[in-house]
Amino acid sequence: MSLPPRARQLGVVGCHACGLVCEDKLDETGHADCPRCGAALHRRRPDSLARAGAFLLAGMIFYIPANMLPVMYTSLLGSGSDNTILRGVVEFWKAGSYGIALVIFTASVAVPCTKFLVLGLLLATCRRRSRWARRERARLYRLVEFVGYWSMLDVLVVAIVAALVKFQALSDIEPRLGILFFGMVVILTMLSALSFDPRLIWDGDDTNR
Amino acid sequence: MKTFLNLVICEHCDSVYRRGVPAPGEVAHCAQCAAVLYRASRLDVEQWLALTAAAVVAFMIANICPVVRISLQGQHNEAALWQSVAALAHGAAAPIAVPMALCVILVPLMQIVLLVWVLPFARVGRRAPGFAPAMRILVALRPWSMVEVGLLGILVATIKLSSFVEVAPGAGIWATAALTVLLIVIAKRDVQGLWALTERAAPGPMAPA
Ligand SMILES: [Zn+2]
Ligand SMILES: [Zn+2]
Repeated sequence: MSLPPRARQLGVVGCHACGLVCEDKLDETGHADCPRCGAALHRRRPDSLARAGAFLLAGMIFYIPANMLPVMYTSLLGSGSDNTILRGVVEFWKAGSYGIALVIFTASVAVPCTKFLVLGLLLATCRRRSRWARRERARLYRLVEFVGYWSMLDVLVVAIVAALVKFQALSDIEPRLGILFFGMVVILTMLSALSFDPRLIWDGDDTNR
Repeated sequence: MKTFLNLVICEHCDSVYRRGVPAPGEVAHCAQCAAVLYRASRLDVEQWLALTAAAVVAFMIANICPVVRISLQGQHNEAALWQSVAALAHGAAAPIAVPMALCVILVPLMQIVLLVWVLPFARVGRRAPGFAPAMRILVALRPWSMVEVGLLGILVATIKLSSFVEVAPGAGIWATAALTVLLIVIAKRDVQGLWALTERAAPGPMAPA
């Protein structure tokens, strides 16, 4: 099967905002706006690898305090305790709520760690202009784009629980610093995925074609 | 600048295709990277507008009515979505309340408002004043709209609390569920299709396709 031509070979560029296919005059003009919607035209997202790498690194660093620090303070009938994300998962598991333990584990551990690994892999291979497993890497990127924001779940659960449980002396639940770091991890990894340009996966073979 | 309305570029790998007319329910995939190129719209603009009107109602109920109500030893408490966000704003993790408010309340609200603005014009084949910036904002907002995560968060929080308090669902939870489905249909879909729908009446230097 013959593969379709690429935009660069035909001298066209696609608008990222409205999808319009425009004549590529970026060499002459340096900067061009889409004639239909006015968004700036780029062949690739600007500084894609550097920006995606910086956001990813920041996200990985923030993931450490997000797991070490308590995300929630719970006081029940006078006795208070701080809870980290992992301890919350373990407590659900011990209490027999396996389903909910799995949901929280997926959203707060499996998804962020998968994002770190996949984005790190994509950045490393694209920097080397690797031709290895391009279709699979393209799929991995779309997976990260699709599951990324579900990690926000923990922040929401803490918010809702804290808003509900306000019973003066009986019981009180308060958000703690860890949830701020965790929320930042989700936002930073989303920014990293949005800065990464999946077209770079396919750019390795420009010289051989 | 020349533009090519008969072409379409894969956002994920920069392959160029001739734009076909997909049959109802058909999805065109990229031959190189398997990403979705374009799909046949399941709704006409009329239905799209009707569902957007329904989303306005669902949004209001979801944000005014409490989502969950709990009781413990004769005391009651209930919380709406915005109160959950407000609960985050106290204490050390306060800054996270800002992105949270954006993702579950303000971004969905902006999506609905922008669609309410552009769709009545699109229904008669016209582009609303400010159509181009409205469309650019709609595309940029898409990754940050997280009502579905909010819904899962409410469910997890409910199950989490049900072990030590009595939990009853409020009207807000049903409205949030409805809003989740409606937003997926009206705003996660291919909003760029509106450009093509309003193409005939478009002013400006468009090349004949
Ligand atoms: Zn454009
Ligand atoms: Zn492709």
